[in-house]
Amino acid sequence: MTGTVVLQATTRAAIERARSRYPHPRSAVLPALWAVQEQFGYLPGEALSEVAELLGLVPGEVEAVATFYSMYFTRPLGRHQIAVCVNVACALRGADEIAAHLERRLGCPSGSTTADGSFTWQATIECLGACGYAPMMQVDHYFYERLTPEKVDAILEQVAQQPAPWESSRAPEPAPSSAAGGGPTSADSPTVSPASAAESAPRQRPRATRPGSAAAARRSRRRRPDTRST
Amino acid sequence: MAEYRLLTKDIGTEGLETLPVYERVGGYQGLREALRRFTPDELVEEVKRSGLRGRGGAGFPTGQKWSFLPKDVFPRYLCVNADESEPGCFKDRYLIDCNPHQLIEGTLIAAYALQVRTAFIYIRGEYHQQRLLLERCIDEARRRGYVGESILGSEFSCDIVVHRGAGAYICGEETALLDSLEGYRGQPRLKPPFPAVRGLYGKPTVVNNVETLSNLPHIVLRGGTWFASVGTERSTGTRLWCCSGHIERPGVYELELGRPIRELLEEHCGGVWKGRRLKAFQPGGGSMQVLLPEHLDLPLDMDEVARAGSSLGAGAFVFMDETTCMVDVSRRLVEFYHHESCGKCVPCREGTYFEANLLRRLEAGQATRAELETLADICDNMNGKCFCPLGDTATWFVMSAYRAFSDEFAAHCGAGSCPLRGAPLAAARVA
Repeated sequence: MTGTVVLQATTRAAIERARSRYPHPRSAVLPALWAVQEQFGYLPGEALSEVAELLGLVPGEVEAVATFYSMYFTRPLGRHQIAVCVNVACALRGADEIAAHLERRLGCPSGSTTADGSFTWQATIECLGACGYAPMMQVDHYFYERLTPEKVDAILEQVAQQPAPWESSRAPEPAPSSAAGGGPTSADSPTVSPASAAESAPRQRPRATRPGSAAAARRSRRRRPDTRST
Repeated sequence: MAEYRLLTKDIGTEGLETLPVYERVGGYQGLREALRRFTPDELVEEVKRSGLRGRGGAGFPTGQKWSFLPKDVFPRYLCVNADESEPGCFKDRYLIDCNPHQLIEGTLIAAYALQVRTAFIYIRGEYHQQRLLLERCIDEARRRGYVGESILGSEFSCDIVVHRGAGAYICGEETALLDSLEGYRGQPRLKPPFPAVRGLYGKPTVVNNVETLSNLPHIVLRGGTWFASVGTERSTGTRLWCCSGHIERPGVYELELGRPIRELLEEHCGGVWKGRRLKAFQPGGGSMQVLLPEHLDLPLDMDEVARAGSSLGAGAFVFMDETTCMVDVSRRLVEFYHHESCGKCVPCREGTYFEANLLRRLEAGQATRAELETLADICDNMNGKCFCPLGDTATWFVMSAYRAFSDEFAAHCGAGSCPLRGAPLAAARVA
């Protein structure tokens, strides 16, 4: 045994479950690291040693994985993580202005944490897969799309009230209100033009923001006309 | 012409992401028919007959890929590539969000054809909601006997495991995906041996894209010959085109292969926004070479676009209007590849670093003509000299843009700032 026991029973159970899903225990490294991050909000060194022991690996093998992937945090960060995509498709529709607005509003540069520890934010070049609904940002586990500075302000205000993902991982997450100019979205896409939508019944799509909730499955929304930024 | 809705035909039906609604619109009939009417080998032949080509970027014929599996080596694995991270691409997320059971059904049909007992869906870490949705749908399907032991009373058994990535573009490359799934850093493997021979855990493995597999229920129900009649001779079926950038109506549009690119832009996307003119576009996502307005009359056909010097790649069109700075676009794409290079091989790891530094200085108007002239040399030391295509593709857009807009690149040299954009916003600088 190395270090102190830091993993909660629920985290250990999640790792055991993951281990049983794969033909080889090593495949459970990524799910195990997710489970650890859900408990702590980052990956403490001692926890990595415990993961290694649970999966029959040496700590270095687990650390090698933990440091390769950009979504694993090896040090504590703010309570909420914000990533603004500034890759080409988002940049063409005003992502730089959104990033500049966030910097002003949060009072710290990309890659840093606000003084009160609420937010860590970064302008990321990694495309997040919301190019048709740009500009966008990801806050914790949710995408927010077709952003304007006003929408960003409303989202920040709302998210600041919510617990950090690791604080809420054992309890149902609070539903974001629609006050933030249309809540988190998921592939909220206009796939037909308004003209052809008028000819046939408009295609609706699930809002798909909170799987697991029956309300979310029932709730669906008509496609909105495109709301361009800038 | 209107969209040709095959994969998206039911999207818009309230509650489609739930099993009862999916069944009501004919869902899982494809799986039922596959088990009833085909042996696994006949199913592989049917998919070959359809002419279906992979929708993840390389466009390799799916049935042919399947037929590379050595006979009598078991277990075999199927990996669904849902690690969509190509800049400009968001169709797989759309398909999962809007019609997750179609993907699960397609996965099961492929698993039956390949005689696979465990299929993995490798989904990128950022798609957290989509992962939860898929897990919920798989549980739903398991309870109805579509997933698990003796599916629909047959001898076919298959389980589906959703594996969540953690933020690495490189894991979309099939061998890096396998390493990541095995619990390693996601770095590409040397090929050959190809995954079909030695893949996951050293066993025969097929890696297919989300959209590719979503086609299968339709191929089973309507026949490979019918599918081959849609689209062009060598690019069959439809594709979901991800459209973004300076257009009036960005989004996902499903069009038959072979339609002109102009139709996609002008009819479906509503043309270039703000009444401006088109300057350039990328037809296949961030990796692909730039095309110009004169290419708008090309058909949406993989081979035709390849002949024009680019590629339909993952089906992601990024349109840029006349105000766009091509050096800025190049700089962003190269910074992306620099960020995402896994570091395994030197030409890519060092090359993207040099490229990014040069383009940052160029965009800021600080680079000299002599520095700009090293760009082609840097790219030449990368293209074709890397372990996997990431290092190659980190040069393709830049070099094609440099050739097509050489005056614009040259105008940046020593200009003190970007001649088109002025000084860029500091906040958007990526560390």
